[in-house]
Amino acid sequence: MSFNIVVLAKQVPDTHNVGKDAMKADGTVNRAALPAIFNPEDLNALEQALRIKDKFPGTTVSLLSMGPVRAAKILREGLYRGADKGYLLSGREFAGSDSLATSYALSCAIKKMGKVDMIICGRQAIDGDTAQTGPQVAEKMGFPQITYTEEILDVTKKAITVKRRVERGVEVLKGKLPIVITVNGTAAPCRPRNAKRLMKYKYAKTATERQTSGTDYIDEDHSYLILNEWGANDIDHDPKWLGLGGSPTKVKSIQSVVFTAKESKKITADDVEIEEMMKELIANHTIG
Amino acid sequence: MNNLIVYLEIEDGIVGDVSLELLTKGRSLADELKCKLEAVAIGYQLDKIGDQVFPYGVDTLYLADDKRLSPYTTLPHTSVLVNLFKETEPQIAFMGATSVGRDLGPRVSSALFSGLTADCTSLEIGSYEDKKAGKTIDNLLYQIRPAFGGNIVATIVNPECRPQMATVREGVMKKEILDPNYKGTVKKLDVSKYVSDEDFVIEVIERHMEKSKLNIKGSPIIVAGGYGMGSAENFKMLYDLANTLGGEVGASRAAVDAGFVEHERQIGQTGVTVRPKLYIACGISGQIQHIAGMQDSSMIIAINNDPNAPINAIADYVITGNVEEVVPKMIKYYKKNSK
Ligand SMILES: Cc1cc2nc3c(=O)[nH]c(=O)nc-3n(C[C@H](O)[C@H](O)[C@H](O)COP(=O)(O)OP(=O)(O)OC[C@H]3O[C@@H](n4cnc5c(N)ncnc54)[C@H](O)[C@@H]3O)c2cc1C
Repeated sequence: MSFNIVVLAKQVPDTHNVGKDAMKADGTVNRAALPAIFNPEDLNALEQALRIKDKFPGTTVSLLSMGPVRAAKILREGLYRGADKGYLLSGREFAGSDSLATSYALSCAIKKMGKVDMIICGRQAIDGDTAQTGPQVAEKMGFPQITYTEEILDVTKKAITVKRRVERGVEVLKGKLPIVITVNGTAAPCRPRNAKRLMKYKYAKTATERQTSGTDYIDEDHSYLILNEWGANDIDHDPKWLGLGGSPTKVKSIQSVVFTAKESKKITADDVEIEEMMKELIANHTIG
Repeated sequence: MNNLIVYLEIEDGIVGDVSLELLTKGRSLADELKCKLEAVAIGYQLDKIGDQVFPYGVDTLYLADDKRLSPYTTLPHTSVLVNLFKETEPQIAFMGATSVGRDLGPRVSSALFSGLTADCTSLEIGSYEDKKAGKTIDNLLYQIRPAFGGNIVATIVNPECRPQMATVREGVMKKEILDPNYKGTVKKLDVSKYVSDEDFVIEVIERHMEKSKLNIKGSPIIVAGGYGMGSAENFKMLYDLANTLGGEVGASRAAVDAGFVEHERQIGQTGVTVRPKLYIACGISGQIQHIAGMQDSSMIIAINNDPNAPINAIADYVITGNVEEVVPKMIKYYKKNSK
């Protein structure tokens, strides 16, 4: 028994480490100042897929990412850790996509990838925290979904059993394949890179990367070094659902956040000053 | 038609606070739009739901009452909403930004091709100029949310698609009873017309939900710790201070991510929003996403060894020093002076 698993992955700016130069003077985000990383929960998703592959050899784990050409970096990262194939969906037709247009494009790409048993992705991406892409891909594919997954407990030919963690507890759900699973950050962390795989896939490239590095030719023995790169023309789609036009939500305006500074009392860790403050708080009934 | 509808989250027959908060917000927006406020309850044994929600100003309550609809699973709840929305064409639909709302909302929005904005922190009515089409649309829902790591706030609109959907986290809006005697009408839905047997492909095998023991939202005093606390061990002094003052312990996301405390205590954009009488921020830098969840506190004390920490800008007392030194002294001098 083996499965075809698609793992959705996004390259995101590392918003957890937002430095002082992350904002430009005009209040917009300076993406260049933020390192681009593998969206953390997508790595948790990859690990769940790789565990299924460990149990059922012959399973294929394909990574799919929509993004600019530089997002190929996370596909290689996934190959180093155990994924079998990488697919990049890239092109200006996709620019300005909200989560719905993104999900539509991803679902068209998945349909082109052939028969799929499971689509696994992170619950949400740290640059938006919307958690919409997984469920929307599921709806576009007509698959059921299980979100907030902490662990895939069991998979059989037809069914999957999943433990999910929500605000106040856990649930164990059993669903039918094919299905979409979104994975929480509380799930097992992704295994590290494998040294052999790192050597093997170091030069895996997308067509655009091969062109820019002048190594366009790949002989048959090295076909594993091909990262599939698809544009809108490569997928069967209706253009009206792509990009900005396919996005029902529009950004009306953006403002940088400013807080009006308060008049504050500045003190130190000195005993007298702390005692004074505590006395004031008691006197004005804030505490006590 | 063209009303505003709120999806009610129900656990053990009780409507969740997040839904009641949305009803209060929904009522005021519905008044502004001169439309009705509606609510939909999907589950089992829903006879008591009306008593809980009518006081918040609900005009119409739809009930989809069927044993198979409880506990929540995605597809049947999606089908009820999608079919109900097709029939009643609401202009606006709200859900809690909870594990239910965030599972259901995107699925419904995808099926209806209607835009959804997650985790809104403010909702208003306004107009939008579509420059390309050369027209202005009035009475649109402004879905206001922090974007890109929260350093900016974006106002999102859905000019064309209906309903305009938004999710909001618990505690962001205030719940307020409109009139204890408010009367709305109940409409029972014939569930078999809304769901199909194929919707029941996911089976709930086990379910352990705890009633939250914590009540951070309701606590008048919150002692919150950040990454600067350094360890779970060091958090103990915050529990001591909170116990001494009669408060609860909260945390920043960095402290939660580091494993110092449980997620339930996270305050901020992706945690709970609080408005206590006193907020003591210990070793918290004050990134915008954190401030978003506590800026309405009546009084703020910041303890930080960095005199330039952003949190200081919104604090009433700025204590420049190490938490390890300051917190025990606060306990000591409270005890000494409080009787
Ligand atoms: C989409 C998104 C959503 C987010 N949602 C939230 C949210 O809901 N809530 C939230 O809190 N964050 C949220 N964040 C994360 C947020 O951006 C910050 O990373 C986080 O709030 C930082 O936590 P911190 O202040 O504890 O840590 P840090 O920024 O690392 O600050 C630690 C502080 O401790 C001080 N310090 C260190 N040692 C000591 C000492 N011994 N004594 C005194 N002070 C000391 C330092 O000077 C520093 O100011 C979100 C981020 C994103 C991108």
